[in-house]
Amino acid sequence: MVTTPTPLEERLRALAGSVPDPELPMITLAELGVLRDVRVTGPGRVEVELTPTYTGCPAVEAMSADVERVLREHGQAEVSVRTVLSPAWSTDDITAEGRRKLAASGIAPPRPGHRAGGPVAVELGPTRHAGAPAPAEPVRCPHCGSADTTLLSRFSSTACKALRRCSVCREPFDHFKEL
Amino acid sequence: MSPAHAAALALGDDALILSHRLGEWAGRAPVLEEEVALANIALDLLGQARALLSLVGDEDELAYLRDERAFRNVQLVEQPCEDFAATVARQLLFSTYQHALYGQLAGADGPFTPLAAKAVKETAYHRDHAEQWTLRLGDGTAESHERMRRAVEGLWRFTGELFQPVEGLPEIDWQALRATWTERVTDVLERATLAVPTGPQSAAWAAGAGRQGVHTEPFGRMLAEMQHLHRSHPGATW
Repeated sequence: MVTTPTPLEERLRALAGSVPDPELPMITLAELGVLRDVRVTGPGRVEVELTPTYTGCPAVEAMSADVERVLREHGQAEVSVRTVLSPAWSTDDITAEGRRKLAASGIAPPRPGHRAGGPVAVELGPTRHAGAPAPAEPVRCPHCGSADTTLLSRFSSTACKALRRCSVCREPFDHFKEL
Repeated sequence: MSPAHAAALALGDDALILSHRLGEWAGRAPVLEEEVALANIALDLLGQARALLSLVGDEDELAYLRDERAFRNVQLVEQPCEDFAATVARQLLFSTYQHALYGQLAGADGPFTPLAAKAVKETAYHRDHAEQWTLRLGDGTAESHERMRRAVEGLWRFTGELFQPVEGLPEIDWQALRATWTERVTDVLERATLAVPTGPQSAAWAAGAGRQGVHTEPFGRMLAEMQHLHRSHPGATW
């Protein structure tokens, strides 16, 4: 059922959405695109739906606790946070502002238009295998903007990031992988 | 147990047990980047396992309080694979299977569709990771080639079980799954200059055994390690 959110629901949604992501504190849950729904079901009773970025994302529990705390502080006595899987989250759900903030913090944002998911054509450093097609759009270095960057590892500090190095400024950086 | 629960248990146990085996590389992987990669893949699998086992019952009880014969994972995922080449080979064989399986489930309309639609995107990265390592090791030095060859041949007899139809997954076309898997694995092995093994894909006594709760010898020791903390300290928390 689709209903128009009430002014209270809009206010609570803005509050829940402004909670910073526990692992990427430079962006909010709203900017990450993981806040699915905020519904008031009775006086002081609110239900929140979050979706994980990756199925095994360990940050979901911290997100739930943070959202619950913030809404309680704003007068909601009973806050329940549910995790929903469907429709599956995609890096296309990250807002333009979220992308800008990731880049400003030295994390190359995901390239848009990859809702279908899966790896974008990859290259493995200096390689003797020329089979892989060239990626449509290069991952740019968030420090100097160069498109000449190399994949070091498909998985970096978290499952959602890959580790790359810029061939121009030589800085390593994280790339938020397209999902 | 309903057929849907039996299927959730089978797929959930595959993910849980492989997650544990990959977690064993923590602190021991050949390079730091690979340690992080294997841990991240293990984490994806653990997330899938939690979602699947929660459909059946209490996830902790299922993971930590069942005995060996109650697990329904395929035998491939329980193998120790202590050589890095063997872990790469297993990742290739299993992630290719899981990616094709989740792909079919994501396209169907059943109880596993929401999870599969999410997990198929994660397993695409696992497959890609395994493929790149298979190419690098297979088409690498004489030593890495030989170890990859031994690894693929050693695990080949556990691959037939992947295509034993799992009760509770009526939406899966197992023949098509096998054909897709064979085509993709063959393609990667050939590009890695590795021969596709010609031996049987299952030992006569073992066909479909893991799904019936019959496991190989190393599995009991793995479970002992995985479960001992929970069993020795019931209810312990961080």
